[in-house]
Amino acid sequence: MRFMIIVKATKDSEAAKPGTDEMFKAMADYHEELQKAGVLMDGSGLKPSSFGWRFTWKDGKKTQTDGPFAETKELVAGFTLIQCKTREEAFEWTKRFPNPGFDAGEIEVRELYSLDDFDSPQVERFRKMEMKSQS
Amino acid sequence: MATDPHRAIAAAFNIERPKLIASLTRITRDVGLAEELAQDAFETALQEWRESGVPAKPGAWLMLTAKRKALDAHRRKRMASQKYDELGRELREEENTAPDFDTALDDDIGDDLLRLIFTACHPVLNPEARVALTLRLLGGLTTEEIARAFIVPEPTIAQRIVRAKRTIADANLPYEVPHGEELSERLAAVLEVIYLIFNEGYAATSGENWMRPALCEEALRLGRVLAELAPDEPEVHGLVALMEIQMSRFAARTDANGEVILLLDQNRARWDRLLIRRGLAAIDRAHEACAKLSCLPGSYLLQAELAACHARANKAEETDWAKIVGIYGALAKLSPSPVIELNRAVALGMLMGPQAGLEIVDALAKEPSLKNYYLLPAVRGDLLAKLDRKDEARSEFERAAAMTQNERERAVMLRRSATV
Repeated sequence: MRFMIIVKATKDSEAAKPGTDEMFKAMADYHEELQKAGVLMDGSGLKPSSFGWRFTWKDGKKTQTDGPFAETKELVAGFTLIQCKTREEAFEWTKRFPNPGFDAGEIEVRELYSLDDFDSPQVERFRKMEMKSQS
Repeated sequence: MATDPHRAIAAAFNIERPKLIASLTRITRDVGLAEELAQDAFETALQEWRESGVPAKPGAWLMLTAKRKALDAHRRKRMASQKYDELGRELREEENTAPDFDTALDDDIGDDLLRLIFTACHPVLNPEARVALTLRLLGGLTTEEIARAFIVPEPTIAQRIVRAKRTIADANLPYEVPHGEELSERLAAVLEVIYLIFNEGYAATSGENWMRPALCEEALRLGRVLAELAPDEPEVHGLVALMEIQMSRFAARTDANGEVILLLDQNRARWDRLLIRRGLAAIDRAHEACAKLSCLPGSYLLQAELAACHARANKAEETDWAKIVGIYGALAKLSPSPVIELNRAVALGMLMGPQAGLEIVDALAKEPSLKNYYLLPAVRGDLLAKLDRKDEARSEFERAAAMTQNERERAVMLRRSATV
């Protein structure tokens, strides 16, 4: 199962304010732990929205706008992709993610869809039975 | 996310478990005891964390708890005073110094884990035992999960693991990471175990057994862990690269009925590009490690290069067959075998036309080790079909069908015979 840890933007990340040494160390240490455990798949910081642009569809029209974008809360500043055996394991790993912000900060974690070719109803029934027996 | 507290605690524990067992093995020099102590720590965690929740540093908490239990166990068993003192001292040191648990853990963890991996994969154990023990100690699979993955009764696996631990205890193995020539041999044994696990998961019957992809993922994860612990070993990166790229094709390998789709016929849109990218990066790391050691690419790296040739081609028609032929040549130099020669024949046939491939296959006709190898007539049939020698092709496919025990393989051969 793959999960994306989405690092939300802040006014500071939008201003490209570099983090403190402590912040970098915490982030590097955490990702090193992910790497050593074999669960880190991918990750990157994103440049501020001033470097980006949008395409928006509305009322049958498509419009283009350049960044920066005002609604900081809706912006993404980075992502980390991890591979875990279970949702619970992913929860535990993401719980250890360091605060990406100077004071206020937020991460959001989302599960990826997978090209799962074991989608037969039989397998799903078996999986449900297994989940019940483990609890 | 609403979490069942038991499962949350179990998840936190599973993340820490291999490191716990590794460190406890260093302390007690007894893998079986280490596993028990880790389990005891888990039981304690279940009780205490249920109220307070999983602590911020679960690894440190579990390690301290397990070490205290180890000390108690020693007191009860009246172990050799030296070990008792050593353990007692270690525990007092931890309690007296500032609680910087992370440092206390990290210093030895890498070495401890490496030693545990080498122990679980020790050649004194047979391959089945190594696989079961590795999955149990390092993979965090339950005995039941291992049993289900290998389609073997659970008590069989449980016994296998018990016996394996006893064999290790009786063998009185020196507790150290091997060096020099011994390291190469022992590393080969470790890589063999990891790849065995991967292949078990990758086998064509995966459609029926949903534990199988989990095995592949676990093998891949173990390979990545080992690559971090032994970054200077080219074949470790080679194996990781091979597994990443093979795994990239997992979703494309079988159709809706669970039938295997041959690589050249696969829908490449279903290939996982992230895994391909990671595999190619691992190949680069392997070559860097080779350069540092001034050594030639080993078997896993060469196989990874083969897989990479296919991965780089967006369509089957764009495959760099010349490069593939070259790699088979290198593989043949490294460890000559009729099977490699047969594969080279296929590649040469793709590069220079079926007649070129057929010449090599015909030279292999009398090869004793290929007597019951169904792929020999299968490949010959394929080349003959391309040369429009239909009757001969048909009889080769029928011969291949008769040679294989596997129902699916037989069906494929019969189908090929019918559609020549």
